[in-house]
Amino acid sequence: MARIAAIVTTRKDEAAGGAPIIHVADRERLKSVSNLLEKALDCAAHQIHEDMIILVDRHQKNR
Amino acid sequence: MANWLSGHPDLAGVALGTFFGASTRILMLRSDYRQYPAYPHGRIIHMALGLIAGALGAVAVPALFNKDYTAITFLALAAQQFREVRNMERNTLSAIDQLELVPRGAAYIEGIAVVFEGRNYLSILAALLTSLAVTLAGWGAGIAVGALYLALMLKFRKGKTIRDIARVEFADVRLDGPDVHVGGIYMMNVGLEANRRIIAEQGIGFVLTPKSDDAKVTLANLGQRQAILHDVSTRLGIYRDDGEPALLPLAKLELASGKLGLLVLPRERDRDKAMMAVTGVPLLEAAVRMPTEANRRKGGA
Repeated sequence: MARIAAIVTTRKDEAAGGAPIIHVADRERLKSVSNLLEKALDCAAHQIHEDMIILVDRHQKNR
Repeated sequence: MANWLSGHPDLAGVALGTFFGASTRILMLRSDYRQYPAYPHGRIIHMALGLIAGALGAVAVPALFNKDYTAITFLALAAQQFREVRNMERNTLSAIDQLELVPRGAAYIEGIAVVFEGRNYLSILAALLTSLAVTLAGWGAGIAVGALYLALMLKFRKGKTIRDIARVEFADVRLDGPDVHVGGIYMMNVGLEANRRIIAEQGIGFVLTPKSDDAKVTLANLGQRQAILHDVSTRLGIYRDDGEPALLPLAKLELASGKLGLLVLPRERDRDKAMMAVTGVPLLEAAVRMPTEANRRKGGA
């Protein structure tokens, strides 16, 4: 099963739970931060909606 | 030459048998280029094993004619050796596979390994038949049988490809917000603007429509899909790097119809070559299923 490695969002109240939640000020920052995280974590970024991106970990050994 | 061959029937059988056995192996090695890139030393290993296979097959017949029945145990020994070949290929390819940008997948590797083992048996058979013909009917017959065997081998060595089971068409790659579609089939959700742009610019989409119900099951097999992605990426190059998890060539089924959507990110953007790459992917033995055959028999036995 894939695992959510991080959540990046501009709406703080919409995300909660086990994964690290990174709160950003606006959509510009949302783009740049999730871009950085995708490369750093080697996890694909998926857009839930325009204000929230999740990074999904599909590496076998981390499961 | 002819006198010598008639004068030494046993030796002639062994020599001709070995020659045709080894030639069989070498001829079949050519079609392995795509499955197994041009490793000079890999080829030497298989040529040497082909020679050994040929010699073993060729020696068996004169030995049996001289009532030396233990010769048959050598064939068993050979079988043991060639099973080892299969293990060797499997281990090598699995080890390399972890470092591929688009892996072959276990099913493809197993298929290649089985082929390597099987081809050695074919060259034993070639040597055995040639040697038998020489022993029974002279060296002329041996050459005729060996040549016939080679001709049959060339005709039948090619397995089936995707072309035989599916109609392949180009399809447009459409981005709908973060969602990527190929010919109406949903592929994946891409979160980053930059990746979407690359996919829109570099992506080529295909839709594979299965020609029969059996083909539907084969196309749905994950091993077969990975083999398609690997072969296409090998032949066309791939716009991808480590640490770019979103730039992934992908194959997804349209569940309702059994069509397979294919998204690849090739370097080579020639459409004819791309089409040839997809249609020429070999069908994996492990992926071929025949449910229509199985259900036709009564009681499913």
